[in-house]
Amino acid sequence: MGHNPRPLRKKFWTPGTLVMLFFMIAGALAVIARFTWGIGCVSNLSNARPWGLWVGVDVAAGVALAAGGFTTAALAHIFGRHYYEAVTRPALLTALLGYTFVVLGLFVDIGRSWAIWKPLFNWNTNSALFEVAMCVMVYLTVLYIEFIPIVAEQYKGKVNLWGGFSVFNGFFNRFLKIADAILDKTMWVFIIAGVVLSCMHQSSLGTLMLIAQTKVHPLWQTPILPLLFLVSAFSVGYPMVVFETTLASASFKGDSEMSILAPLTRITVFLLGLYMALKLGDMWARGSYRYLLDGNYQTHSFIVEMFMGVMVPWGMLLFKKIRESQRGVFIASVLIIFGVVLNRINVFIVAYTPPVSQTTYFPAIGEILVTLGLIAGLMFIYRFIVTWLPVLNGSKEVCS
Amino acid sequence: MNRRQFFKFMGVAGAAAGGASTVRGEEWCSKAPPDSMGCLVDLTRCVGCRKCEEACSQVNGLPPPEKESCDCVVFDRKRRPDENAFTVVNRYFSGKLTDLDKPVPTFVKTQCMHCQDPACVSACIAAALSKQSNGAVKYDVSKCIGCRYCMVACPFEIPAYEYHDPLTPRVRKCTFCYDRISKEGGIPGCAAICPVEAITFGKRSDMLSLAKKRLRENPGKYTDHIYGEKEVGGTAWIYISSVDFHRLGFPSLPHEPVPKWSETIQHSLFSYLWSPMALFGILAGIMHKSGKKNREGRAKEASDGS
Repeated sequence: MGHNPRPLRKKFWTPGTLVMLFFMIAGALAVIARFTWGIGCVSNLSNARPWGLWVGVDVAAGVALAAGGFTTAALAHIFGRHYYEAVTRPALLTALLGYTFVVLGLFVDIGRSWAIWKPLFNWNTNSALFEVAMCVMVYLTVLYIEFIPIVAEQYKGKVNLWGGFSVFNGFFNRFLKIADAILDKTMWVFIIAGVVLSCMHQSSLGTLMLIAQTKVHPLWQTPILPLLFLVSAFSVGYPMVVFETTLASASFKGDSEMSILAPLTRITVFLLGLYMALKLGDMWARGSYRYLLDGNYQTHSFIVEMFMGVMVPWGMLLFKKIRESQRGVFIASVLIIFGVVLNRINVFIVAYTPPVSQTTYFPAIGEILVTLGLIAGLMFIYRFIVTWLPVLNGSKEVCS
Repeated sequence: MNRRQFFKFMGVAGAAAGGASTVRGEEWCSKAPPDSMGCLVDLTRCVGCRKCEEACSQVNGLPPPEKESCDCVVFDRKRRPDENAFTVVNRYFSGKLTDLDKPVPTFVKTQCMHCQDPACVSACIAAALSKQSNGAVKYDVSKCIGCRYCMVACPFEIPAYEYHDPLTPRVRKCTFCYDRISKEGGIPGCAAICPVEAITFGKRSDMLSLAKKRLRENPGKYTDHIYGEKEVGGTAWIYISSVDFHRLGFPSLPHEPVPKWSETIQHSLFSYLWSPMALFGILAGIMHKSGKKNREGRAKEASDGS
């Protein structure tokens, strides 16, 4: 299969996009309530449970699921497997949108959104959160830079803005031309920087909860949490690509890309196996398996995470027959994604046990609406961009 | 970053990239201020009058305490310090009975412990929290972004948040009456008002000696435990009691300072950014090599992609 990305140029308003719009509006209303009456009005967060759904899902799971961007970039551009280039663009777009929405989610979650720039001038290098924030900020910039050539490919010399904005046409044309020329020579720096920054903050997200050592359930509280976060991000990268590519080719009636996805899945078997070995080895080394039969919601959640999210998909992918079937690879990928999302929810929410007040937490409807709204918004913009920019591989019937 | 730091940075990075450097974090050491202040709370003296709550509200401009000075209902449920009350007194029954077979209450005052090596200070993304030389853990709202990581980190669940302020919420907690104790002879509002001298303010080292003296001179009266002497590496506020602390709502905590673990990991990985620099170098090497191989192999493919 050749690497031939093109804009889809299909009908944009479909029942799917209207459903997304509905969730976006519902989420926007919850966001308006949050900025009118405060976080307390829309959420179940409390003094004992300061982090909830927004941090666990919008931020931690969001960052993990954006790992497809740096893992495919590393494979295709750094390790020189150009064969996989067809999936780097959609993965880059997912990462770019994923991180953009992580930052939007943070704006809702932090109390003083307008002060978000302050850590830039008040460094605390002891803080894992400080490091995560700096990396995410720089990485997001790198992702936008990496995306410029895609815009340039489509619009260089052809910028044609509406009405009064057309006076800027010349400026944007020149910008795209110069930026494209510079990036042609320097892109390697950004590609490597993107991978390095990703490794840094993916692991440091795991360091975050180490400081709450007395509050996190021993099934998850381990000094190798940063390593586990990094390796799980590695192993969820390609399943995210499989998930996305399968959905895109199904909903846009494109070609199935099994010739690329099947070998990607072989790498996942190795990475996920490594993750599983680390998780089990850590459990054995710390003796935390003795909590497994406690029978409370925390241990149940751990068992589901490990069994359904790691062991079952790993076992599935050991079979060549499943690795080569589109449905089999898709199901295994969905399970791996589920496992990593549940892991982040577990570490940040389920494992968190305030030792004094023992408060429990379940997200309020307002929190859920914001999260769903963000996810819908991400999908909506993804759909918009692949319609007009050369991201997805063109299929024969449509683009011939 | 100034010039000197930059060269140090480049030197270390170079050494790391050259494989000369090993993964070795600097030994973690406590940043507890020497000679700082502390408070000793003697729970055997506290009668639950809640004058300290009143004084705290006045000093800090907070709303008056719940059902002022009526201990009949207030004690029926356990309260936590929150954004409107930096200190609260709770009542515990440990099972001891008086001569008349009535249960003996123990009253426990709760507020920020002002840890010697505070988790909140280590966690804060923007250095809005700091351990002052007089022992107070001070909050600077002008740096805060409201991420609430301090609340996640605190092993005592102390920092509270103004969840109903949409744009300028603050983290709220006991200030150790920073402004008062910074003045010569000043003592915290709660310690000043306490009618039964349950709270003693002074140098932390003196408070520890005082606690040990009371334990020594009153055999059988106290449990043999000074809470806060060793917990999480030591706290500025320390407690002595006749009842085991775990029956009074005190969390059992390790003696290691909370930030030690995460700071050690963070610094061994990222001191002078050695590991990102080394990774960058390795990846650049791989990219160069694989690019060369690809160019040699399939020259015409090189123009494709970015």
